[in-house]
Amino acid sequence: MTDTRPTRNAPPSPAPTAGIDPRGPRVAATITSVVLALVLLTAPSAFATTLLALQTVVFAVGATAGVQRTPYAWFFRRVVRPRLDPPAETEDPRPPRFAQTVGLAFAVVGLVGLLSGVTALGLVAVGLALVAALLNAVFDYCLGCEMYLLLKRLQPTT
Amino acid sequence: MSAGAWVLLVALVVAGGFGLYRARTDGRFGRTPAAPGVPAATPDTPEAAPAPEPTTWDSVSAAAGVEPGERATLVQFSSAFCAPCRATRRVLSDVAGVVPGVVHVEIDAEQHLDLVRALDVVRTPTTIVLDATGAERTRAVGAPRKEQVLDALSA
Repeated sequence: MTDTRPTRNAPPSPAPTAGIDPRGPRVAATITSVVLALVLLTAPSAFATTLLALQTVVFAVGATAGVQRTPYAWFFRRVVRPRLDPPAETEDPRPPRFAQTVGLAFAVVGLVGLLSGVTALGLVAVGLALVAALLNAVFDYCLGCEMYLLLKRLQPTT
Repeated sequence: MSAGAWVLLVALVVAGGFGLYRARTDGRFGRTPAAPGVPAATPDTPEAAPAPEPTTWDSVSAAAGVEPGERATLVQFSSAFCAPCRATRRVLSDVAGVVPGVVHVEIDAEQHLDLVRALDVVRTPTTIVLDATGAERTRAVGAPRKEQVLDALSA
């Protein structure tokens, strides 16, 4: 990966590289919400498992290559953004990228559940991912970002 | 209704309820805490001068390394994975620029986890308002609006 991550000294630096349009991740979260809702409505079935597998790949791309490289971001740039005014301000791509990592974790558990026949596990994991995606899409609220500090706090005191 | 449809329904209700609750409470400054740093009436001790109670500012200043505001200090806890922290930074530095004697200090929560635990900060952004003596007056979790900060300062 080529991103030159700045050392995290206090205070955290503003967007290190070029910021992204904050509406991009929200559009992506909206699409994600629809996909996950479809998975829930059609599970258990081969269709639901395939759909969840595709969403898992999208999460993995967002978490590793960056949120700007997912197909949802491409859709936003090609279809949505040309119809919008330029963004009032851009956003640091790291928070939404971290959120993709959290989404990926839930999606993988969900996929394991559906593939192994433990459907209840799969449904609950997909449901949790859907809650996070909905909060992001509707309220612009990043659940994964909040969990990050809570997890950090749990680390033993040095 | 299938099991998946039930999960979908629960997810919609949970996300809606949680989101609405957060939209209402984010950025709201609570009431003055029960002043934990206020020393009880000093009993006559054999020691000549009892050590002053450490204030919230004392722990913050070690991390921030700046002077407190004459009137108030706005201590903001931020983290890298925090989009609303940017908006909060803008609001607080704006207020510090307009209101005399008010200083804005931003602290990276990840770099100061001990302080985060000591002050019981659970989310970023958290804004703690310290008075002139360095004691905590009030705090807000989530991005506050400018009026909310100004109200908290004048309260």
